[in-house]
Amino acid sequence: MSDIGTYSFKRAQVELDREELSRPSLSYWQDAWMRIRTNRRTLASLIVVVAMVVIAAVGPSIWRFEYDTQDLNQTSKPPWASRTMTVVEPYSPWLDRPEVTAWSSTSTPADIQVVGLPSIEYVRLTWLPVRSAVKYFVFRTIVDPEDGPLGLPLGTLVGASSNTYEDRIDLEARTYWYSVAATLTDGTTTATTTAIEVRAATTLAQAIESKWVEPDSDLQPGETLKTPWHPFGTDYLGRDMLARLMKGAQISLFIGIVAPLLFILLGVVYGSFAGFIGGKVDALLMRFADFVVALPFLLFMILFKLVFGIGAGESGILPMLVALVLLSWPAAARLVRGQILQIREEGYIDASRLLGTKTPRLILRHMIPNTMGVILVSFTFAVPSTIFTEAFLSFIGMGVEPPIPSWGSMCNDGRKTMETTPHELIFPAIFISITVLAFNILGDGLRDALDARMRSTE
Amino acid sequence: MVWYTVKRLIQGIITVWFIATATFWAMHQVPGDPFIGEKAVSPEVEANLKARWGLDKPAYEQYAIFLVNMARGDFGISFTQESRSVNEIIQERFPVSAILGILAIVFAGLGGVLYGALTALYRNQWPDVIIILLVIIGISVPSFVFASVGQLVLVTINQILGFTLLPVAGWGDVAHMLVPALVLGLGTMAFLTRLMRSSMLEIVSADFIRTARSKGVPAAQVFSRHQLRNAVLPVITVLGPSVASITTGGFVVENIFGIPGLGQSFVLAVQQSDYGVIMGTTVFYGAFLVLMVIIVDLLYAWIDPRVRLE
Repeated sequence: MSDIGTYSFKRAQVELDREELSRPSLSYWQDAWMRIRTNRRTLASLIVVVAMVVIAAVGPSIWRFEYDTQDLNQTSKPPWASRTMTVVEPYSPWLDRPEVTAWSSTSTPADIQVVGLPSIEYVRLTWLPVRSAVKYFVFRTIVDPEDGPLGLPLGTLVGASSNTYEDRIDLEARTYWYSVAATLTDGTTTATTTAIEVRAATTLAQAIESKWVEPDSDLQPGETLKTPWHPFGTDYLGRDMLARLMKGAQISLFIGIVAPLLFILLGVVYGSFAGFIGGKVDALLMRFADFVVALPFLLFMILFKLVFGIGAGESGILPMLVALVLLSWPAAARLVRGQILQIREEGYIDASRLLGTKTPRLILRHMIPNTMGVILVSFTFAVPSTIFTEAFLSFIGMGVEPPIPSWGSMCNDGRKTMETTPHELIFPAIFISITVLAFNILGDGLRDALDARMRSTE
Repeated sequence: MVWYTVKRLIQGIITVWFIATATFWAMHQVPGDPFIGEKAVSPEVEANLKARWGLDKPAYEQYAIFLVNMARGDFGISFTQESRSVNEIIQERFPVSAILGILAIVFAGLGGVLYGALTALYRNQWPDVIIILLVIIGISVPSFVFASVGQLVLVTINQILGFTLLPVAGWGDVAHMLVPALVLGLGTMAFLTRLMRSSMLEIVSADFIRTARSKGVPAAQVFSRHQLRNAVLPVITVLGPSVASITTGGFVVENIFGIPGLGQSFVLAVQQSDYGVIMGTTVFYGAFLVLMVIIVDLLYAWIDPRVRLE
């Protein structure tokens, strides 16, 4: 065996960084923020929530329409409605009706003509009458009748020489099919149909009143103007939907965020007190919380609304806040009490107590901060359910008072006309749904980030 | 089990007493009085009216009478519908709400368990993704929007078909009940689906599942006998609170679909300030909900013996 000299050996390098398994130390909140940042769904919902809050905060003050300005000449307009309007003369009765100059060559009225511009102001018809006619009927329909029914009977004209009719009944800017039917002396009835495109129209006075044009405008009859743009349409009183949706966001988010803040604060105080004191007082306090939970929630929300009453000109927001706080605190109280009971047994509490920490400081500095994660999560979940409650109450007319809009009352208004103008229901419904959805997803994300035990199994 | 039942019943009675007390004192604080209407009443008439309804007595005496009446199952009289007792109104209207509610709970429970099991079974595959998407919609869209849209869809379907497949509103036979009950149950169904899914996924990794698998029990049997049966337990616990949410959801659904249930009559009573009906209905609903929670708790204790020991 050859001699192995010390020179054959090299001192092994201690590779420090290979052994290193630690990462930079992160505080609880830093760790949570990292988890939120890397979770795309949570981040997206956070952005939606922030955007909604920003819209509610600044939207109503920068948008050019007020939420309560009515424009009765622009009611229930969907966003895609045409904005072009023709200026017409103010209405005056049709006195210069055309004389009968020719008769129809067959037994049906012929050659239906429009006199003047057919607009929503009026449609004036004239036709070649039938010599053997006893009376005429005028019909109107919004679909091509072909062989089908002629539609709405507008009027009856007696006498063979009747040759004019003026329609002013609920006209809209669209195509109508007008039919003139003649009943002959032998009892048979025959009809002629013609399609007429009715134009949107306004008088200059009306346009000035609705602030579509400047008061000194010199638009002449026959010229067109454009009505202002309502990106979400208008409601049944001609109020701008976007302005109302943004004001509604203010109301719904205010109640949805402030009420949970207050009732969770109350719950934290109540629950931490009960949990810290323990014993009989705790049992008694928690039994009372159980009673409050047992109250039928919505019925009592309505009862409390009646109790606090709403005076003239009040919005009804304050009574709703008080009622929500009075009825909703027990959930947070129970949660915090459970947490406090657990934390009370922790080693660091004993250590702190041994070092001479006084009770209030112990609660404020050690116990409540350690429940903050759970409290924040329950707050995030309380927001959408409160928004739901507010919408529900406003929907049945027990929420905020008109003209203050809330998404719930807007849905209720929109529901009445949903078959003809669904946009009045759909837009507020979408706003509620998106906000509630965003808060729910944010809550899930926060729970995953803040509460290791509740981390969901996805 | 007997002792547990007795304990829960006593708790329930105390809770109902608390609800009745809270209702009475809340109603007593309501400003104005029920006789302020469009017509002014002379002081004599008002005094007579107050004497008739017992409102001239001091508050504590009214409270005592109220409690005795409630204990006897007499929920008072309507102030706006002449000579009708709240009991009559409840007898007439509650069965309607109850049928609607039961049907909604059945929809929600069956749907929730079925969809929840499906999502867990096909985890991260397309049935899971689709159902989770529907659950998200179900949780974030309010019931009154579902009801309105449901009605709109019904109208359209009936128009396209040219005959009435399902009536859009009203009450009568099963055809009237299906859509309102489905709408009423949707939110709860979404919630139960989510609960069922997480409970299924939690149980997959339980020891008894692994044991069953290693014994060679067929996968289908593990799924139905071991996984499903244990996963349903948490669903049963939330059925109690679900009854409450379905009952209150009924207010809106009954109003929209024109169903003559107790919810509709309550909303009407609030609008007409019919204090008698408001008080009677609130206490009745409160007692009903307490009873439901007790029944669900007993059911749970019966199914899962671990609860009784606590």
